[in-house]
Amino acid sequence: MVDTTNWDWSPGEKRIAFGEWAGKYRWVEEPAASPDGETVAAIVNIDEGEFSVCANGEQWESVFDKIWHLRFSPAGRLTALVSETGEWTVAVDGSPWEARFGYVWNPLFSSSGESIAVAIQQDMQYGMAVNGAAWQDTFANATYFILSPDGTRTAAAVQTVDFDSGEIHKFQEGTFSAALDGKPWDANFVNVWSLAISPDGSKLAAEVRINLYEYTIAVNGKPWEKTFSCVWEPAFHPTRNSAVAPVREAGQWTLAEEGSPIWQRSFVQLWQQAFSPDGSRLAAVVAPRYGRWTVAVDGSPWSVTFADMVTDVVFSPDSRRVAAVAKDGEIYKVVADGSAWGLALDMAWQPVFSPDGRHLAAKVEKNGRYTIAVDGRLWDRECQAVWDPAFSPDGSLVLLKSLEDGVYFRRVIPVADIAG
Amino acid sequence: MTEPAQQSETKAQDKGIEVGISKLDVERIEKVVTGVLKGETGARLKAYVETCIHCGLCSEACHYYLSHDKDPHYSPVGKVKQTLWEMIRKKGRVSPEFIKTAAVIAHTECNMCKRCAQYCPFGIDIAYIISVVRRIIHRLGATPLYIQDTAHSHSVTMNQMWVKADEWPDTLQWQEEEAQAEIPTLRIPLEKEGAEVMYSVIGPEPKFQAQLIYQAAIIMDVAGVNWTMPATIGWDNSDMAMYTGDNELMGRIKRTHFETAARLKVKKIVMGECGHAFRSVYDMGNRWLGWKMPPIRIVHAIEFYYDLLKEGRIKIVKKFDQPVTLHDPCNVVRGGGLGEKSRYVANAICEKVIEMVPNYEHNYCCCAGGGVINCGPPYKMTRVNGNRVKAEQLFSAKTKGAKVLIAPCHNCHSGLHDIVHHYGVGLDIKFFADIIYACMEKPEATEA
Amino acid sequence: MVDVYTFVSGPLAWAAFTICIGGCLYRLISLIVLAYKKERFIFTYMSFSYGLRSIVHWITPFATENWRRHPVLTVVTFAFHISLVIAPIFLLSHIVLWEEAWDLRWPALPDALADTMAVIVIAGCIFFLVRRLKLPEVQFVTTASDYVILAIVAAPFVTGFLAYHQWVAYPYMVIAHIISGEVMLVAIPFTRLSHMVFSPLTRAYMGSEFGKVRMARDW
Repeated sequence: MVDTTNWDWSPGEKRIAFGEWAGKYRWVEEPAASPDGETVAAIVNIDEGEFSVCANGEQWESVFDKIWHLRFSPAGRLTALVSETGEWTVAVDGSPWEARFGYVWNPLFSSSGESIAVAIQQDMQYGMAVNGAAWQDTFANATYFILSPDGTRTAAAVQTVDFDSGEIHKFQEGTFSAALDGKPWDANFVNVWSLAISPDGSKLAAEVRINLYEYTIAVNGKPWEKTFSCVWEPAFHPTRNSAVAPVREAGQWTLAEEGSPIWQRSFVQLWQQAFSPDGSRLAAVVAPRYGRWTVAVDGSPWSVTFADMVTDVVFSPDSRRVAAVAKDGEIYKVVADGSAWGLALDMAWQPVFSPDGRHLAAKVEKNGRYTIAVDGRLWDRECQAVWDPAFSPDGSLVLLKSLEDGVYFRRVIPVADIAG
Repeated sequence: MTEPAQQSETKAQDKGIEVGISKLDVERIEKVVTGVLKGETGARLKAYVETCIHCGLCSEACHYYLSHDKDPHYSPVGKVKQTLWEMIRKKGRVSPEFIKTAAVIAHTECNMCKRCAQYCPFGIDIAYIISVVRRIIHRLGATPLYIQDTAHSHSVTMNQMWVKADEWPDTLQWQEEEAQAEIPTLRIPLEKEGAEVMYSVIGPEPKFQAQLIYQAAIIMDVAGVNWTMPATIGWDNSDMAMYTGDNELMGRIKRTHFETAARLKVKKIVMGECGHAFRSVYDMGNRWLGWKMPPIRIVHAIEFYYDLLKEGRIKIVKKFDQPVTLHDPCNVVRGGGLGEKSRYVANAICEKVIEMVPNYEHNYCCCAGGGVINCGPPYKMTRVNGNRVKAEQLFSAKTKGAKVLIAPCHNCHSGLHDIVHHYGVGLDIKFFADIIYACMEKPEATEA
Repeated sequence: MVDVYTFVSGPLAWAAFTICIGGCLYRLISLIVLAYKKERFIFTYMSFSYGLRSIVHWITPFATENWRRHPVLTVVTFAFHISLVIAPIFLLSHIVLWEEAWDLRWPALPDALADTMAVIVIAGCIFFLVRRLKLPEVQFVTTASDYVILAIVAAPFVTGFLAYHQWVAYPYMVIAHIISGEVMLVAIPFTRLSHMVFSPLTRAYMGSEFGKVRMARDW
């Protein structure tokens, strides 16, 4: 979690004339706003093959052949993937890492935002780099890259045995494993997908396919004793260090912890399980019946269901409340604790709870314009762009970042101004 | 024209099948067959098997049957007789040799085009029955090698062509740079959250046909579409696991695709000119996952071009002047009702459209779809000999003046290429995008 | 003789009708239960209008591509099926039996027409038999049960026709007619004659999938 107490929470408004940048460059790409709202930045094209980043009107000193994937880390560090003379690396606040690679992609941030990891390819070998330091061992292929929430450990599914395409029987003997900080497990599997690192950093779990038909979860290379006809991504309990994953048996899904079912009932579909911060509750997206979607908390689905999709499940910091985004036909809705806001939206982003859990806010799109909704009510401004809202530590103020008629605004207003 | 092929023609050697059946015995087969039939099928299969009155009326729906001089081994029901009926009759106790034959029939002599469902008076879904056979073959580990390898590629990379994670964004950036020579400010916006459209393609595009991505980027740019492409897995909408009967993997691939679109917060997924991928996202994969319909609207390229042309977002400078004939791909016309829109697009971009007969839902399959072309070179002649009737249909369109064949589907494209070449039909085959790109109004090209 | 007649036209007829109706209901319900248990998604795609649209096309002669491709078969199969259903229900001598037993009556067909219909059914059976023997695509998928089914269907009409005209052994023929009719009734739910019950469902399902999801015609 990022400490927001030292952000500027004095109510008021700051402006940056973002629109003016367009006159200085061949083009300005989609802007990114820092979590604290103080900075707005974008990749800019100076000339053919000359890219830089402009942040609050100041251009980075360095110019690169190509820049993509500009993102602020949760700590507000401005990172981008940059290329110079055919080599790629990560630039943080304008300074590229010393290490250069054949290619870099898939940047990852620790929850504090201090640690930055990226997938790397060098001489057609694959691995990861954290804060500029690459894995010692690299692999013929790597997929499903992750960084532990504390930013200390990285992991990926890696190919440990060579095979040529067409060697199907060799492949079926197992050519993939998972590597923690570049060190692969002893065991190989047919497939390894969707990794998770335990909160204490001691365990690496992944979905594995033992043969073409049997799926299970492996923890530190050791598969659960029980296998299933399919499994989805594992997640670790925040305190118990045990892995929980959706498992499929007899055509129905339920949740299993270390191989044993923990929910009473099964579902047509179940995925994206999330623990509450204190670990006392567990929510997941479920389809209680064919073609109907909702959230189940501790195995009990909400009575309200949706036709198309439920995503972005989130617990409040105090673990008491759960919110999600739902889609019904072409309409998106924000749903909190089983009841949907009365807003029909074009799109909704993952909602954000106030630290005390009393308020819920989300970036939303309506009539092709963007705004913020708090507790089911829309902010009265329609913007070109907005970014995720943030609550002040006491939950009374909300930080709003928006782009209106080419001007970037950072506003701090009382929650009550929107929520009433 | 080739010699009339008989069922007795030598079947190709396939290590996927050969090695697979070498590990089988009757007991193992019995266990798997009954496991699939009892555990995974239900009312549909029961009703289909018990309702079929063996009338043979589905026969003339099948291009294999018609192309093999009405050899009944190739009729839809004939293929069911040689596979599933026998498994049911013997309660699963069939020999490994039988499984070999069944694997060849189910994977290479049926394109699962569902034309026969339109000819059966009872609407029996024979393609579904064949998919059950393929499921059994998958569970027995005797799937043909090439398509099994493709399924393995999907399982590792979530794309069809073993395209590695870096090769994908790298290819897009390369195509972006190439296209900037034509339109200097053109972008292929990667990972643009909140774009209206996520454009997704199939694995062969970045691997062998990057010009298609180039053309799409030009069309998107000129039409002013707010679009994006993911830089992560989930960019590939294809799905050969759907055709090998590896339903779990099919579901995984589709989940990755839809979740990528959901993560990017797009309103719709526009996909390139591919048929089987449309089937996998619109009809099959979504269902396995519990989605009645795709959770995010799927717009096939035909429909997308239709919208752009109709709304005037792209303009045609000069219509394509060679007479064209239009192939209706099964998966998007019989499977998605795009026949009229396809014709709207064809007429909007071409001077003259000559209909082939039959057409719309009744068009003959290309003989490549349903995973058949993905079973690889050993079965090339199975496809070519199995679709003489297509060559005849194309000849007839050519006689009426057609010079170019539009096939808005990748598999159709490749399959028709083989047919046109083998039978010397002499039609040039194009995608809609090829013609739109060539004939559309573009900003004045500036010197780089 | 009278005893035999009383038995076959009384208790045996009761049994046959009970088994036929009960059997059909059982087959229908168990199929729906099975779908509910294992393929519940089917119900979410079923559409009354698209299902009906498909059925209407297929029960209309020459309304589908495949009917048009086989004009002779189409004429025969429609004449055969219509006669098969209509003749027994509206035959005067059958109605008389219903009236005697239940005091139910409804208009009857002229005997000459009913007689023609019986001939149509018999001719239809011969046509189907020849088709099975002569057409390779039909012959290839024909099993012994297909001939048995044809015989089961032909028998009541052949015997009924002979009985009506009283050319040979009338009393025996009447009994043979009743028994063969009862055999057919009993066979309906338990042989592929059950297409009578199931085909509207399979057709409606395919019609729904084509209409609602695939947005295409299935005829």
